[in-house]
Amino acid sequence: MELSKEKLLTMYQDMLTIRRFEEMVFETYRNGQIRGIAHLYIGEEAVAVGACSVLRRDDYITSTHRGHGHCIAKGGDVNLMMAELMGKRTGYSKGKGGSMHIFDREAGILGANGIVGGGIGMAVGAALAIKKRKTDQVVVAFFGDGGANQGVLYEGMNLAGVWSLPVIFLCENNHFGEFTPYRTVTSGESIALRSTGFGFPGVRADGNDVCDVAETVGQAVERARQGQGPTLIECVTYRYFGHHSGDPGVRYRSKEEIEQWKSRDPIESLGRTLMENWDVSADEFERIDEKVTNKIKEAVEFGLESPLPDPNEVTADVYA
Amino acid sequence: MSTPNRQLTIAQAIREALREEMLRDPEVFLMGEEVAGHGGVFQVTVGLLDEFGPERVTDTPISEAIIVGAGIGAAMLGMRPVVEIMFGDFSMLAMDQIVNQAAKLRYMSGGRISVPLTIRTTLGAGRSSAAQHSQSLQAIFAHIPGLKVVLPSTPYDAKGLLKTAIRDPDPVIFIEDKMSYSEKGNVPEEEYLIPFGVADIKRHGKDITVIATSSMVPVALAATDTLAQQGVDAEVIDPRTLVPLDAQTLITSVKKTGRAIIVDEGCLGYGATAELASVVAEGAFDYLQAPVKRLGAMNVPLPYSHPLESVIIPTSKQIVEHALALLA
Repeated sequence: MELSKEKLLTMYQDMLTIRRFEEMVFETYRNGQIRGIAHLYIGEEAVAVGACSVLRRDDYITSTHRGHGHCIAKGGDVNLMMAELMGKRTGYSKGKGGSMHIFDREAGILGANGIVGGGIGMAVGAALAIKKRKTDQVVVAFFGDGGANQGVLYEGMNLAGVWSLPVIFLCENNHFGEFTPYRTVTSGESIALRSTGFGFPGVRADGNDVCDVAETVGQAVERARQGQGPTLIECVTYRYFGHHSGDPGVRYRSKEEIEQWKSRDPIESLGRTLMENWDVSADEFERIDEKVTNKIKEAVEFGLESPLPDPNEVTADVYA
Repeated sequence: MSTPNRQLTIAQAIREALREEMLRDPEVFLMGEEVAGHGGVFQVTVGLLDEFGPERVTDTPISEAIIVGAGIGAAMLGMRPVVEIMFGDFSMLAMDQIVNQAAKLRYMSGGRISVPLTIRTTLGAGRSSAAQHSQSLQAIFAHIPGLKVVLPSTPYDAKGLLKTAIRDPDPVIFIEDKMSYSEKGNVPEEEYLIPFGVADIKRHGKDITVIATSSMVPVALAATDTLAQQGVDAEVIDPRTLVPLDAQTLITSVKKTGRAIIVDEGCLGYGATAELASVVAEGAFDYLQAPVKRLGAMNVPLPYSHPLESVIIPTSKQIVEHALALLA
């Protein structure tokens, strides 16, 4: 699949937006401006951006506890996200959800999720609604190598397979479920192979190569739109940070391993391609970075200036 | 023209509610284990597959988590799924979906997401089905903010409450007593809805209040017949929905009678009776002339053999005895 320069530049900018957002989240967390915990997506940007680059706005995703990247890539508003992380009333969920609970139905974001594998069931259900209504949307269910070992995935793959539902099961294998290397808790050669028993394709993609992700997910999306049913995709990538913003992430892996993956950084790789094959200049990269950095700074300002919720709001939104 | 005193069983009343709502709203659909071809293991959905076709009445694999999970996802997109979990006991396989997802999506999203999902399931012992097919687990659901919990006891209530459940914008756990599906009662032909949070006084009386749910409502009514023969005029109140709860009707009754017995088929320990008893104790404390008495299933797993099973669940005889003791 040959992608245009414009498309590549958009993907570059989207990946950089995620990275700058996450860097700022880390900083504001350390400043104490964000409470609780946030699970950073740095290093995995090519998966969210590659997958969402082949989706329409009216397609849906379900996300994970490590969901900021998915939400940004699907068109979430960084101001509302940052305000939500800061627990502000102007945030996506009026401060009731926080980092793991960003929803935007208009952008097709059916929620990040605090339960590992928690979005898979509703993704299958959204695909069921699409099929019943005979529209041609698709659903991408993001989950991690941790979520790959949850039972609901197999109930969901079976149902999506037998009913031929337009859903893509997208496993982001970042090598760690919390603090545990996935190999020590995961049976079999690859997670992608697990669809074989359900009778639909399972493929692996290079999760650090945004073009490979886009092409692989693109094929699955076409299949789903044409009513040919689900696909399982395993995108192999790597989590630079620890499990969450308070975990240095150094006790269960070597510095060499981290450095080795950083040498295949998804944003730098695409940057090199753009420079070498498309004559994108250093100035242009600088302009993109400045634009992105300003956008994230504005999001932080928006969050900081926003009011906290009033304690009286605590009982609203339990029921309609 | 309506037929006066038209009699339906609870199963027929539920089926009629499902049928009417499916005719009214094309976004309503049914799915669950055996609901289509077999008509449900309790024969509640018989005939609906023939009328509405497999797109709207669908058999699922035996996979409770994805039955509920898929219902949630379809509901998030605005459809009105009615999913069936054959035995209440099996709902435990779907608890992440029910408790962590369905119940919390509206709140976690600050009101952005609605989950208009109805989960039909069952309660009740008495079929010699042992510990995994007999539980009455309503208290577990009633403990979770974000869920509504409905316990019909008559055909009339079952129909009106189920129609309300299907139209409700929030997840509803609709629990049917598996032993009383063939009980008959009046159901008018004209359409009606029963709002949630409105208790029904099944028998008016002045001497003692018996608050009973679901399967225990007929047991309580039988007890009051015996009590009447002994000169005791008991009031029987069915809350009909545990969440939302019509606390006021319960409190008003207990203020009038000064005595209360609460009966629910769930286990006594930390059960629905405990919450209901505390509501009336707090709300009518100065009017109570005796301690509030709770009756529920013994705190043991449901046994198989009849002599064992038959001592687990409250009986009319026990209600009579405790009522007389409270009045003594």
